[in-house]
Formats: sequence, structure tokens, C-alpha cells
Amino acid sequence: MYGSFVPRIMLGAVSVLLAIHLVTPSTCRAAPIPAAKPGRTPQVDFEKSVRPLFAKYCQDCHGPDAREGGLRLTNRKNILLRNDSGEPAIVVGESDLSILIHRVSTQEEKEQMPPADVGERLTKQEIQILKQWIDQGANWPTESEAPKHWAYVPPVKNPAPEIQGSARINNSIDAFVVEKLNWQTSPLTQAAPASPARLLRRVSLDLIGLPPTPEEVLTFEKDPSPAAYEKVVDRLLESPRYGEKWARQWLDLARYADSNGFQADQLREMWLYRDWVINAINQDLPFDQFTIQQIAGDLIPQATLSQKIATGFHRCTTCNVEAGVDPEENRVNQIFDRVNTTGLVWLGTTFECAQCHNHKYDPFSQQDYYQIFAFFNNTPLEVRQVGKSVTFEVTGPKLALPLAPEEIKTKDELNGQRIAVQKQLNARQKELTNAVAEWEETTLALLENSEESATVPDSIQKILRTETEKRTTKQTKSLTQFQQQQDQTYTELKKDLNRIQTELKAFEPDSTLVMVEMPEPRMNNLFKRGDFLSKGAEVTPQTPDALHPLNTKGTPSRLEFAKWLVAKENPLVSRVTVNRWWSQFFGQGIVATQEDFGSQGDAPTHPELLDWLAVEFMEHNWSMKHILKTIVLSATYQQSAKVTPELLETDPYNKLYTRGPRLRLSAESIRDNALAISGLLSTKMGGPPVYPPQPEGLWRHVGRNAPKYLTSTSEDRYRRGVYVIWRRSAPYPSFTNFDAPDRGACVINRSRTNTPLQALTLLNDPAYVEIGIGLAKRLATKDMEAGLSDRERIAYAFRLCVAREPKAVEVDYLTKVFQQELKYFQEHPQAAQKLIAVDHRPEGVGASRMAAWLYVANILLNLDETITKG
Amino acid sequence: MNAHLQQLLNYTRREFFQRAGMGVGGAALTSLLATDLLAKTPAGTNPLAARKSHFTPKAKNVIFLHMVGAPSHLDLYDAKPKLQELDGQLVPDKLWKGLRLAFIREQPKLMGSPFAFKQQGEAGLPISELMPHLGSVSDELCLIHSLKTDHFNHAPAQLFFQTGFSRFGRPSLGSWVNYGLGSENSNLPGFVVLITGNVAGAGNSLWGSGFLPSIYQGVEFRSSGDPVLFLSNPKGMTGEDRRRIIDSVNHLNKVQLADVGDPEIATRINQYEMAYRMQSAVPELMDISNEPKHIHEQYGTQPGTASFANNCLLARRLVERGVRFVQLFDQGWDHHGSLVKGLKNKCKQVDQPIAALIRDLKQRGLLDDTLVVWGAEFGRTPMVQGDGKAPGRDHHKDAYTVWMAGGGVKRGFAYGKTDEIGFHVAENPVHVNDFHATLLHLLGMDHERLTFKFQGLDMRVTGVAGNVVPEIIA
Repeated sequence: MYGSFVPRIMLGAVSVLLAIHLVTPSTCRAAPIPAAKPGRTPQVDFEKSVRPLFAKYCQDCHGPDAREGGLRLTNRKNILLRNDSGEPAIVVGESDLSILIHRVSTQEEKEQMPPADVGERLTKQEIQILKQWIDQGANWPTESEAPKHWAYVPPVKNPAPEIQGSARINNSIDAFVVEKLNWQTSPLTQAAPASPARLLRRVSLDLIGLPPTPEEVLTFEKDPSPAAYEKVVDRLLESPRYGEKWARQWLDLARYADSNGFQADQLREMWLYRDWVINAINQDLPFDQFTIQQIAGDLIPQATLSQKIATGFHRCTTCNVEAGVDPEENRVNQIFDRVNTTGLVWLGTTFECAQCHNHKYDPFSQQDYYQIFAFFNNTPLEVRQVGKSVTFEVTGPKLALPLAPEEIKTKDELNGQRIAVQKQLNARQKELTNAVAEWEETTLALLENSEESATVPDSIQKILRTETEKRTTKQTKSLTQFQQQQDQTYTELKKDLNRIQTELKAFEPDSTLVMVEMPEPRMNNLFKRGDFLSKGAEVTPQTPDALHPLNTKGTPSRLEFAKWLVAKENPLVSRVTVNRWWSQFFGQGIVATQEDFGSQGDAPTHPELLDWLAVEFMEHNWSMKHILKTIVLSATYQQSAKVTPELLETDPYNKLYTRGPRLRLSAESIRDNALAISGLLSTKMGGPPVYPPQPEGLWRHVGRNAPKYLTSTSEDRYRRGVYVIWRRSAPYPSFTNFDAPDRGACVINRSRTNTPLQALTLLNDPAYVEIGIGLAKRLATKDMEAGLSDRERIAYAFRLCVAREPKAVEVDYLTKVFQQELKYFQEHPQAAQKLIAVDHRPEGVGASRMAAWLYVANILLNLDETITKG
Repeated sequence: MNAHLQQLLNYTRREFFQRAGMGVGGAALTSLLATDLLAKTPAGTNPLAARKSHFTPKAKNVIFLHMVGAPSHLDLYDAKPKLQELDGQLVPDKLWKGLRLAFIREQPKLMGSPFAFKQQGEAGLPISELMPHLGSVSDELCLIHSLKTDHFNHAPAQLFFQTGFSRFGRPSLGSWVNYGLGSENSNLPGFVVLITGNVAGAGNSLWGSGFLPSIYQGVEFRSSGDPVLFLSNPKGMTGEDRRRIIDSVNHLNKVQLADVGDPEIATRINQYEMAYRMQSAVPELMDISNEPKHIHEQYGTQPGTASFANNCLLARRLVERGVRFVQLFDQGWDHHGSLVKGLKNKCKQVDQPIAALIRDLKQRGLLDDTLVVWGAEFGRTPMVQGDGKAPGRDHHKDAYTVWMAGGGVKRGFAYGKTDEIGFHVAENPVHVNDFHATLLHLLGMDHERLTFKFQGLDMRVTGVAGNVVPEIIA
């Protein structure tokens, strides 16, 4: 509409109706208008007179398959919606004010509908019918509306089918899966159960993200009974490692990171929220509570500290503080992100389209969008201008953790000391100032002595020799500093002060970003075309009509919105949630488009199973552990993952679950798994992010106060991936190579690629070389006094890496490799020394042996099987 | 090894599609196969293998030069005599009223360009005296004076310029092209990024793959340390050692493949082979010391240092080897103050190598197939920012200049006009979406058909907008 001359009031309407096209001339004719009787206009019959007109003139662009300009003539609700112009097409009872009538009757070429180049226009008679229909109340019978899309109908738990025959039915999951196998044109059967070792490794990696120890494998191989398996599952679900594993997926959704994103991408303190997620998952906080606390924990009456920290979910949003930013624009963008993320995570719905116009396919209007927006619209600005400068900084609610009583006591003491020392320092400074003339004289006298004068820098000598009045401010300052440096009392006091201040820093409370509602709510408007500068009609907080109602008196709050999200009537939330977990086990959701349950998404492969799981989830108090346990106890999950050419043909994507899952591990799990195998893994939980080794020069970034990557030296180096610093502009590179996102926005589902960069990472990343050395040491020193043979060590190495007992050919091969390498290094000790630093040579193991073991370790850590759950 | 396994090892990449059917998507699979562009790809080929475009392309490769921070179009390409005349006068009320700028808060004065413009060549396009070398190849350039963007803060505008969206989460232009066309070189990635100075504000997302499979993301070739992360073997490990280790890994992977039959393993085996080939192909590529003396003189390159000139030469070497999309970022163009000094200094660094790149490509017959693009996230205001001593210009989103050369665009041509002070577009506006649509068009792709199914939508780099600008196409 750039440069248009159309009066502003009509602007929007033009944009809508310009898009209406005429359908090809059809034989369809509108019923003639009944002859008007004086004093009374006959009632227009919608089906007979109006619908045919819509079908003839409008449907191609504004019908079930298209929603040009945000207008869709499919039911009464849609025609009354504000379309992209911000105005509805008709005003009930007021045909004169209805844009639709204006557009079908106008002679203005730019405005007319259908557009001039498309074809025939409505006749006067036909326009008259539409006018009457509008004036009479625009009646549109509901019978003719399309049935609801499956995902908007609440799930129902049907009893699992009875399965005849020998299939292994551990629970309802299997019944639904096997039923579908039986239904195939040539019926399929379950695969054999996975071997105990493979199963144990699979379930360990799935539930805690770490492999079983060889000892655990041996125990399970001795008793792989269902009861023993269930015991293992319970143990894994109780392990603190479980929360660390499953937090990772949630943190992708929450777009959790330790930096703000954008220009300067400075670090932010947010890890208390990350720890909250880990703890909540470990405690199996029911998902409805898990939701309510994260969306609106701050609004829960007498909210606890933990509930407030939970609201970090939506403070994980990126924040732009580059110079010259518009804080309001940044705020609006943050809320867009919050609304869109909420839609994706809890409703499996892409709201984003409705930011600018009514959703083209799904039943969400632009008004719906801004009504949800209104729930999130009352938090303070998060960017602040520093004074009148062009510098901006992050602001917004931050929660500081209270210190423990003893910490407060120590801190108070230190503060007392600090004040006392500061006083002494001030006093000494004053004394020095008073004595400055005398000091200058003495110092000048000293300069006569060449030896003494050497202790006085030339620049200071120069100042001293300048007359007091002629010195610049800068010079005076330098001189004062020099005088203070020369004074022992002063410097000692200063040193004391510095020490106290450093100590005090340790008592800075940990803090995290949280949501806080402002006392005075903002006005809520629709933004035309999503532009925050063009405000449209006013809206109030409300949930979309297409979903279950939000029953409330007065204006609902964010807390009521959160409760609405996890109301049992919500047809989406439980399905969307169990589907996401399912995908973690099987690599795909029952609905493949995990982020879209709308009409454009994929239909569920096993709809009854999805509903069964969804209802089961709600019936069991929204327990995540219950659902995960149900899945891993199923025979479907416990199948062998072997693939045959026949299976590749009949069920290439394993959508029928004809075999167990076999999937490459996630980025973090690959590293965690390798750390565990090598024996280096630290299980220390929580706290500020850690900095494992990464190549130099990755954190070079535009902007002030650029943070530095200070590689951890302690056990922090070997902590789990969930604790690794996440800087959005430059995430940990080996994670990126294995498909980790940048966490700039909500990611429902990571891709799973297979690339040469991944090979290079595992082969050469110094972090993996370090892990390789760890594993080499472990292999070289295993049961040294027992005199294990190399062959036995290699068998053990396989157990460590892939859990199962290796085949003879594998051990033979690797033993041969080891011996060859060993021979080479024994003949070339210098090569071995180059490879293995002195401190990496354990007692009783020479450099040559270590080097040969490093080769073996490097090979094993690179095996497809090692980085794959199978 | 039995026939089945051999077959797997041969066709391997089919696996990619299968996994895609599980991962990001069912999405990946349906859209890859649904798009007629890719339906032509025989099943089981490399996802990075070269693919046919929608229609005959004008260009095969892109070298995209992004000047991070956004140089002033008014001092480089868009000569405005009237602005010169109005120098020092307050910006007219009618322009100032309601105007939002990033930094300027009080009604500012106008500032004419302190630099002269020179006309060279047959077409006689005026180019700033700061870019004399570029001026000498101006007959190859196609200037667009009327680009418009939606954002005036760096990071959002950079994201918009490179991904078509001002927030995070979308694929970059290079990854779209890589996804659409694949690569002509199986030893190098299809999308390579070269950086001088600090990384631009929006960070790695500027070459990320967003919702596309991450195999399509840009790979940074670095000028110090490993050119590609983790390319070189650990200290003390030779290439021969590495070969033996990869052989062992692949041998054991084959045993596993025979056991479980998952084609993913076959893919992995091939990727280890490619990694090994990259270990020699990348250093060979990065080593410019073998280039003849006259080339070094032409570009102003010095082997072993990090410079924009070196990156220009590398860009030529990359497209020569069939790398589809080469993206250069050069930081330091944000001249809020000290415009004269700053711009002079930056132009000195880039002018000669860019001109050399165009000449060199032309001389090798590569310019016809290679589209060179020069641009930034936005332009600068005709209004002055800062005090009288070291004036600069503020960010400006409503009109600025980008140019293209080679790859099917008109030579010695200027398209679009700004008003007499270079503030608004006066003629033939080109929105960033149109610019993207045109760029894809030149590569033989219809921006409305280069889609990826995500969140229930057929996502495009142009969102729901974008029109090809046929006027600039030769």
C-alpha cells in the first residue's frame, strides 16, 4: 500500500478485498429475490440465496482452502472476524457500514471485488440479497459447518484391543501397535526381544543419558527377567542423572541459554532456572504444576522461591541491548516469542501466522493471537537506556537467592570491616593530601641523588618539576596516585580493602531472571500486520474460541491462562506432551509433526494409542515418570533393532514399530556417554555453567564487555553437557556439529544428521582426545595386579563402550591392531612420547603402551555403535 | 560382505532421507520429496549432491560479501548533489516529524558526502573516490539504489538480511541455496563462511540452518588455528596414523552393519571417508602461497595472514572447486562518528581485493556463473550524527545500495532511485524479500517453490512476500 492515495480508513479493507478473485463463471445461479411486499422485507434464505453467491464469486480465495487477506467465508464466526485490515468484512445489521458491500459494489478499480482482472462482478440484484442478509442479522446455520479437526476433540481412552496369538503384550501400547501390524495387507510381526545387554544400554541411555557399567550389564545378563528389568527401570528413574538427561529436551523448548543473544550477546545469570528444571523432573513434579509454575509461578498466592524461579521459562527469551535499540520494540518481540513458544510447547500449534493475519489453516484469528498476547503483556521492560547515552542494558525483574544465616553473618562482618578500612583509608588519604607540599619537597630533593631518582618514573619527575598551578588535572591526579603508592600505610590499607572486597564477592547472592506482573496493566491492542507501531482494535486477555473455554469472572490473569493450558478439557496439551516424549524413545512422534497438531500437520500413525497415552498421563496425576516407565516396559520398546532388507522395504521409517529404535545420541549425550566410558565424568550437580575445553578464538564477537571463555580446570571440565555454558552466538562447537540448536528460539525437534564434521569432531576435538586418554588409562590400568591380558582388556573396552559382549572377530581384530601399534611405538618410543605427555603415563604403563591404548580408545569412541542407542 | 551390505554402502545417503523421516522431520522427508526440484533426485543420493534447479539458472555459485555494521551508501555509491547543497541545514520538519532513528534524538542537520564521486568505464556509473579499484570494474556492476529493510538495529537487521526474519530460528540464505542445489564438490561443504574481524552481532545464526537439517548450515573456514574446527589430527598423530584409525573404525562399523543392517552405519562409514578427504582438501584450498605473484599483487594478498583480501582470493578458489555459496563477513563498518577516517580506512582494506576478485573471476570465465553480491544489513542516514569534530551517520533502513556482479545480472547498470537526499526510495523500491527472491531466481530457483515444511507451513526464505526484480536480469 506504499504511497497509496486511498483514505486511511479504507486502507485495510482494500488490502483484503484486492485479494478476492472471481471463480470461473459457473452455472450456479442465485435464487431470485422474492418480490418485496410493502412494509416488510422477506427473510433471506442463507442456503438458497447467499451461499451460492459466496461459492460463485468468493470461494476460491476466501473459502476452505484459502484465506486471502485473512477472510474466510466458511461460517458465521469467520465472516465476523477482523481480517487482516483489522476490520470485519461485515457489520451485522448494518450493510451500509459493511466493507464487503462496499467492495462488491464500488466502481473503484483498486478496491473492487472480485478484482477487475479476474472476471464477472455481482449483479445489482445479488448485491441486494447480500445487503438484506446482513441487515437481517447475517444468519448462517451451524449445521453446515465442517466437523472439528481431530486434535481439537478431547482424547478418549478406548480399551486396548484383544490380541490373539503369540505376540508379546506387556501393556496397552503393545496391543495397539500389534493390532496395526495385524491389519497390514500382509500382516507383520514383532521383532525378537533385544539381548539383555543391548536392552540395558538402550534403557540407560534413554532414561539417564549414560551407559550402564560393565558390572551392571553382567548382573542384568544373569537375571534379565521382567521383574529385574522393572527394578532397573525404577532405579534409573530415581537416579539424579534422570533429571539431567530429560532437562535437556525441555531446555531446548525453553530456549534456555546463558547469554542474551543479539549484538553483544553478553552473559546472563539464569542457571537457577536450569537447575529448577532438573530438580522438577527428578521430583516428577506433575506436569500441570510444572506448567503453571513456569508460566505463572509468580502469581501463585504466597509463591515460594522455587515457584518464582520456575518463571524463568519465559525469561529465557532473547533480549537485544545493542546501542540504539528501541526498548519497546524489543519488549514486543519478546512477547511474540513468548506467545509463539507457548503455542508450540503446550498446544502443538503455530500461532505465529496470526501475528499478522488470521491463521490461514487453523482456527486461530489475529484477535485470538493478541488476546493471548494480552496475558503476557504486563511484565516490565527488559531493556533500559543508560542515562541519556546511546548505551542500553538489560533490566527487568531479577530474583536474588537469599543467603543462609551464617553467610549473612559473615557478609555483615566483612561489610563492617570494609567500612572500617575504608574510613582509615580516607583518613590516611587526607593526611597525605595535607602533607603533599612537604612530600613534594622531599621527593624533589631525592631526585638530586641519581640512585634514588631511578625509583621515580620520568613522567612523575616531569610533573614534580612543573609548577603546581601549571599542572593539568591529569597530571595532578597521577602525582597523587604516585604519592599514595609510595606510602606504606596507604598501600597496605588498600590491599586490605581489595581483599575484603574480593571476599565479599563470594557472598553476592546467586540470581536469576523471573517474571513479575506490573501493578498497572498495559493497554492491549491488536498490531496491524504485526507491526508494533500500528495499533489496531483493543483486545482483552482471552483464550481462543476454538479451544475449551476459560471460565472466569472478570479479567483473567496469566495464572488463569496457565491453569487453562493444563485443564483436563484441553484436547491438545496431554497429546502434545506424550508425543514429544515418545519421539525421544522412537525417534519420531506418533504425530510426526510434533510442532504442529493443526490441519496441516501429519495425522497420528496410531491415533488410539496417542489418546490412550494422553488420558493415561492425566489419570496418573500428570506423571512424566509414569508415562516413561509405561513406554520402556512395553514389548514394542524392548524389541531388537536389527533391520532386514525386507523391513527396509515394508516399514522403512519404522512407523509401524516392527523393530526397536536405533538412533544416534544427542550432542550432549554423545559427550556424556564418552565421559562416562572414559571414567572422567563428574556427577557434580547444579550451579553456574561450566567451560570445558574448546578451540581458541571462537568467542570473538562484536560488542562491549565481551565475555571471555575461561576453560574450566577442575572437575567442571568433565561435567555433563546440560551444565556447559550456552552462548547463543557461539554455542559449544562439538554440540553444534551434532545438531544442537543455538537456542535463540524454541526448538521442538532437533535434526539428526550424519556428517563429516561429526567424524572430525570425534576424531580430533581436543576434548575427545582428552577423553580418549582417559579411556586409554582406564584400559591400561584395569586390574593390573590380576595380570589381565590385552585381549581381556579389549573385551572389557567393548563392554564399556557398547555394553554387549564383543564378537570374537571384533576382539581378534582390535587385539591385532593394538599389538601392531604397540610394536610400532616400542620401536619408535619418541613417537609415543610425543603423543602421550608425561603426566598421562600411569605408573607401570610406559608411553608406548599408553599410545597403543590411545589408538584403541580413539577407534572405539568413534564407532557408530558407541554414539548410537540401539 | 554380502550383496545387501555392498548395496547399502553404495547408496547410503538414502538413509539421510529415512532418518529425516524421523527427525526434524517427517518434515524433511515430505517436503524434500514433494518438491519437484528434489523429486528428480534419485533415491539414495547424497543430500549434498548437486541438484537440478527449477529452471535454467543464470548463476551456479554465489559469493556474498556482507559489510558488517553497514557502510554509508551516500558516501560510496549514491551520489546526491542536492544533499551537498543542503549540507549543514536542519533536516526539514516534515521528514523529521514522527521519524524513528536508532541513535539520533534531536532534529539533526543534513550532511553532504565529504567524498567526490568518479565516473569510469563505458556506463560511467558514479562511484566514490574511496573505491577507485571498484570504479575501474564498474562496468561489471549492477547497482540497486533502492533496497529497503524493516529493521534499524544491527543484529535483527543482519538476521533479516541473511535469513529473511529478524529473530532467531530461520535458515540462512546460504543454507537455503545449499538445500536447494547441493554442492558440486564432495570433499568440501557446500556453504562456506569466511570472516574478518569480530563475528557479526547475530553470531553463528547468520549462517545457521534454522529448521533445515543442519547438514546445510555454513561451515566457517577460519584464518587462524584449524581452518575447519577439528580438522587437524591431535599432536603427535600423523596422517598415516589417522588413515589406519579410520580404517579400523570403518572395519568395525562394517562388522556392525552386517549384524544390525542399519543403513545409517553405511552413511557413517562414508562420512569418515569424506572427513579424511577434507583433511587434505581444506588445507590445500586454504594454502594460497602457490598462487602466482601477479595474483597476489592484484588482490593485495599476503599468505599466512588474516585479511579480507585473502578471503576474497579464497572465495575464488572455493567457487573454482564447486562450492555453492561462499559468504564473507567483514566487520567494522558502523560509522556513527569519524566517518571520514573510518570509511577511508575500511575502503582501503576492501576496494582492491573486491575489484581483483571480479577481474579474476572474469578472466577465468567464472564470472558468468558466479554471482558476486555486496551488501549490508542497512544503509546510513543523510543526517549527521555526533558533534562537529568527528561526524558520522546513523542507521538507515528506508533506502540503501547493494550491488551484484556477474551471474546473470545486467552489467554497468543502476536500478532504483532514492530521493534527492538519499533518504527515501523515489523509484522502483526493492525490499529485502524481493532481493532474496531475485537472488534465488538467478540461481534457477523459484522462491515460492523452494520450501520446507515446518510447523505445518511451507516455509520460504521470503516468508509470504517477495517479487523477483526482472529489470536487473540480463
